[in-house]
Amino acid sequence: MDMQVKQPKLGIKERYSLLTRDLGWEPSYQAKEKIFPYTHYEGIKIHDWDKWEDPFRLTMDAYWKYQAEKERKFYAIIDAHAQNNGHLNITDGRYLTAIKLFLQAISPGEYAAHKGFARIGREFEGVGTQVACQMQSLDEIRHAQTQIHAMSNYNKFYNGFHSFADARDRIWYTSVPRSFFDDAMSGGPFEFITAIGFAFEYVLTNLLFVPFMSGAAYNGDMATVTFGFSAQSDEARHMTLGLECIKFMLEQDPDNLPIVQKWLDKWFWRGMRMLTLVGAMMDYMLPKRVMSWKEAWQVYGVENGGALFNDLARYGVRVPKGWDVANEAAEHVSHQLMLGLYQWCFGTSFHAWIPSEEDMAWLSEKYPDTFDRYYRPRWDHIRKMAEAGTPYQNLGLAQLCNTCQLPAVFTEPGDPTTHCHREVEFEGETYHFCSDGCRDIFLEEPQKYVQSWLPMPQLFAEPNFGDVGKWMEWVGLKPGVDNGDYHGSQDEASFEAWKKHQSATA
Amino acid sequence: MSNVFIAFQANEDTRPIVEAILADNPEAQAEDQPAMVRVFAPGHMTINRSSIEDLIGRDFDLQELHINLITLSGHVEEDEERLTLSWDA
Repeated sequence: MDMQVKQPKLGIKERYSLLTRDLGWEPSYQAKEKIFPYTHYEGIKIHDWDKWEDPFRLTMDAYWKYQAEKERKFYAIIDAHAQNNGHLNITDGRYLTAIKLFLQAISPGEYAAHKGFARIGREFEGVGTQVACQMQSLDEIRHAQTQIHAMSNYNKFYNGFHSFADARDRIWYTSVPRSFFDDAMSGGPFEFITAIGFAFEYVLTNLLFVPFMSGAAYNGDMATVTFGFSAQSDEARHMTLGLECIKFMLEQDPDNLPIVQKWLDKWFWRGMRMLTLVGAMMDYMLPKRVMSWKEAWQVYGVENGGALFNDLARYGVRVPKGWDVANEAAEHVSHQLMLGLYQWCFGTSFHAWIPSEEDMAWLSEKYPDTFDRYYRPRWDHIRKMAEAGTPYQNLGLAQLCNTCQLPAVFTEPGDPTTHCHREVEFEGETYHFCSDGCRDIFLEEPQKYVQSWLPMPQLFAEPNFGDVGKWMEWVGLKPGVDNGDYHGSQDEASFEAWKKHQSATA
Repeated sequence: MSNVFIAFQANEDTRPIVEAILADNPEAQAEDQPAMVRVFAPGHMTINRSSIEDLIGRDFDLQELHINLITLSGHVEEDEERLTLSWDA
């Protein structure tokens, strides 16, 4: 009888080598430059692609095994959420505004990242990089799908969730993340991975997924915390890929440093601006809060980002341009944006509201140097207007920044009482910006940004020609049902009635 | 020295992992937040497979960490025995 000899298990390094590097080959009947035509034009010089290595050494077989386990955990909880009236277990119906914003603005970004990583996984020459990008591409489509699936349960009960795909393409504030990803995807492969893999994933994604998802848990939203943490379990790998790619570029050739630094400057600023949406979500939209935007910025921006840039200083990398401006702005931006969202909430696919006394007491405590001085008086004034029966609506259209596409609602560095506005004349047209950072990005590549799709000019073009009523229909919104003040809304009435029924029958 | 950190979902899988990290890294501290736990340490942190196995009483593959991982900070180095996080500066 044959004896089965048990083969010793391969070591992790050996397995990684066999299942990634050994999948590559030297082409013989086509020139390498023809197979990989996009890895040179950005100016990045790579001499040895094999120097790039995934520190987790995750191979495709292990990847499928662990991803399958994550999915099983995810769907067990999503099923339980749907089966047990999870839509009633949230702390307050107001909370759903944050989730609607997430679905309209962030989940489509996951899908865009999926497309981008699929593309660069093909464009990069190194096998290690190709495998890691392929995994990330699969992760990102999983995130888009699990998010849409998890939030679809709320769509059965509440307004504003129903047309996120149209909202993604047509509504104004969703063009903030959309333009961010379009900008990255229309760059070359090295700029894309610096933008998404490093600046966004490593420096900023913690701010999106960690304190916000912990906040979802705190507000009883099992569905969101589940997709959030399931997604975030992939992010640790994405962050590591981003950091490895930066180190790889910097180690391959000293000429890469100025190119990489320019991208870091640009994408840090774009990412920071985009995450202002998350700042408003954390400070204003969570009925029970875990930490303020400023505190989250301190832990994940200042301390963690600072540690990273200290470390990268050995390659000659400095903190991104606008770093100090961003740190100062963390005191202000969430308030400034929320004031904007409130005054334009007749044209959103979510509800806004005036913060309660209790909300404002929390904001005063978290922002002792700024909230009472600059923002409480404005909310008090807006409350008086609402009480007098003349609620504040800004029926003019928001002026959007041509780069970040947020309404230009921010203030001058060092002076929170002066509105910040920059203009550039280019080929006979005037372009508007919210900050020096956004203006400088335009000036680096004006021919690119003159092509920006901007929602306000779109309103005046076909098919709506400036008719706001037609525009509402075009984006799939019912005025006053999907938007406006939370108080008096159908969502509020439904949530209160169902909660009352639940406690009466419990 | 800058902190490295690693955060996990707070559950029964990760409780012994966090316990092992705290035992093996005297300078590490755990910070509980809703549904998660973040462990941080100045400059350096090591997660040892054998310490986790001692606590859970079964074989453990360090790549199982991925299932409950939320985020981390620092350069990653991983082999069969340990995962380390470090900052050089």
